[in-house]
Amino acid sequence: MYIVKRFITMLVTIWVIASLTFLIMKLIPGDPFASDADVLPEEVVENMRAKYNLDEPIPVQYVLYLKNLAMLDLGPSIQSETRTVNDLLAAGFPASATLGIQAIIVALIFGLLLGIIAALNHNKFLDYASMVFAIVGISVPSFILAPLLINFFAVKWGILPVASWGSFQHSVLPTLALAVTPLAVVARFMRSSMLEVMNQNYIKTADAKGLSSFKIVVSHGIRNAILPVVSFIGPLFVALITGTFVIEKIFAIPGIGKYFVDSIFNRDYPVIMGTTVFFSTILVVTLFLIDISYRFIDPRIKLTSKGD
Amino acid sequence: MVKTANDQLFRPLDPAKQQTDVIERPSLGIWKETFLSVIKNKLAVLGLVLLLAIIFLALLGPAMVPYSASQQSLTNTNQPPSAEHWFGTDDLGRDMWSRTWQGARVSLTIGFVAAFVDLILGVIVGGVSGYMAGRGKLGDRVDNVLMRIVEVLYGIPYLLVVILLMVIMEPGITTIIIALSITGWVGMARIIRGQILQLKSQEYVLAAEKLGTSHPKIITRHLLPNTMGIIIINLTFTIPTAIFAEAFLSFLGLGVQAPFASWGTMTNDALGVILSGQWWRLFFPAFMIAMTMFAFNAFGDGIQDALDPRARK
Repeated sequence: MYIVKRFITMLVTIWVIASLTFLIMKLIPGDPFASDADVLPEEVVENMRAKYNLDEPIPVQYVLYLKNLAMLDLGPSIQSETRTVNDLLAAGFPASATLGIQAIIVALIFGLLLGIIAALNHNKFLDYASMVFAIVGISVPSFILAPLLINFFAVKWGILPVASWGSFQHSVLPTLALAVTPLAVVARFMRSSMLEVMNQNYIKTADAKGLSSFKIVVSHGIRNAILPVVSFIGPLFVALITGTFVIEKIFAIPGIGKYFVDSIFNRDYPVIMGTTVFFSTILVVTLFLIDISYRFIDPRIKLTSKGD
Repeated sequence: MVKTANDQLFRPLDPAKQQTDVIERPSLGIWKETFLSVIKNKLAVLGLVLLLAIIFLALLGPAMVPYSASQQSLTNTNQPPSAEHWFGTDDLGRDMWSRTWQGARVSLTIGFVAAFVDLILGVIVGGVSGYMAGRGKLGDRVDNVLMRIVEVLYGIPYLLVVILLMVIMEPGITTIIIALSITGWVGMARIIRGQILQLKSQEYVLAAEKLGTSHPKIITRHLLPNTMGIIIINLTFTIPTAIFAEAFLSFLGLGVQAPFASWGTMTNDALGVILSGQWWRLFFPAFMIAMTMFAFNAFGDGIQDALDPRARK
């Protein structure tokens, strides 16, 4: 029952996002055929507008769009005339998702390790070193880190290939470029919350009854400290697996990050709507799963008054 | 035997010392206590001084040299740092010192406003949402509505919102700030909600509630101080994130327009030239962002320790 209710809420949320986006999209001036209108005969432009239902009144366009959306049809793209939005997303999503998932895994593993090591060495060298690393990691954004990585690993040392896509080797540098900032944030969150947890009485109890420090950290420390990291990872995961404009551009990755930006500048209405609906779907599902995971991490957490 | 031991252990108190619950120093109140504790923390003071120095230079830095931030000098392009140009010059011969501090005004304003909105909206929405979840039908509904609003704001493409705002209002720094503020606090709200969900099942919250403490007071006095560490860390990351978001908008032609500078656009402009050895083009803006973050971190850690009695010596 709870799941059904949540599922309906998710659909409503996606519908609200889609409707607001549709409204904003129609409010901003611009026309997908602005550049064609100068060179093509008026009749041709009229026909093109008719093909995308742009000759209809806006409320009719809205209803038509929702009708297609209900059948999971995101419509044809205006920019790439022969392909539908579904085709574009299906073709580009695997590359973006691979990269995003790899980056999240790297950020989580090394961020958690760094944060835990820093907390266990509070106010000692390793703690300060991790703080410096975190500050540098986030002060140098990915769009600066990426060309530096390319320059050293690909151009100067020739260790890794770049500027194409296909093998695991090609994904190493973009993964690193994407992972550094989240890694730094995860490390800082984990350090702070680990410090808090390691101060608690149950840790002293565990220590007093002779549990090994490894066991204390793993089964009492991490589990109680990881919640902020889990909350932080949710929206970030969605943003990363749906592709990043800058990194995909720099590394020439055939992902979907570019559609989120290009479609808006080209006023490619079906692609704007398609990317938004796609993003929102992943968003609401991910945040739902994050909510569910809270219960597994800390069974004391009650999300609703019925105890779910 | 037992009796004598007890007699030795428990003797009547010397009547002169019976008044042990006399308060020896005046009660200071939470803010004064925090302030005194922060002042004693050397790293926190260093952070505060650095922050003030950066703000001071942002206000007066450009006036300290005879070059304005947008004044070009084509005979003086790409100069490394020297006595004449302290931070070097860029590809149009503009003085980097002057540009760095003029850019600081834009970037710090954007960063600080983003942090402030994070603090107000993110903490309130996250705090209320997390606290109300699981608190009867009404509570569930409050949490549900707030979290769905968060999802909707995060789901709408913010580039569209930026363009819409630029159509309605004049393009400029205010528009950028509003656009970044609309969605910027969403991450903070989610993180605070998660923290409150976990904390409110602790016994001291139950105790406070049973003693009749009001909901707002439980949130502000018991729950939020215990999430202070996470709040401060998130704030220190909000600032660079906002600075780079502005850089991305400028890159797309929607941000601060030339000849005005910001740390983000300066970092962005350095993209093409760092590989040819002009390190100062990247170093100074990136270094200032790092210093701002360090100052915030150090000062924030001090406040966090000051608010946490367990960390006090």
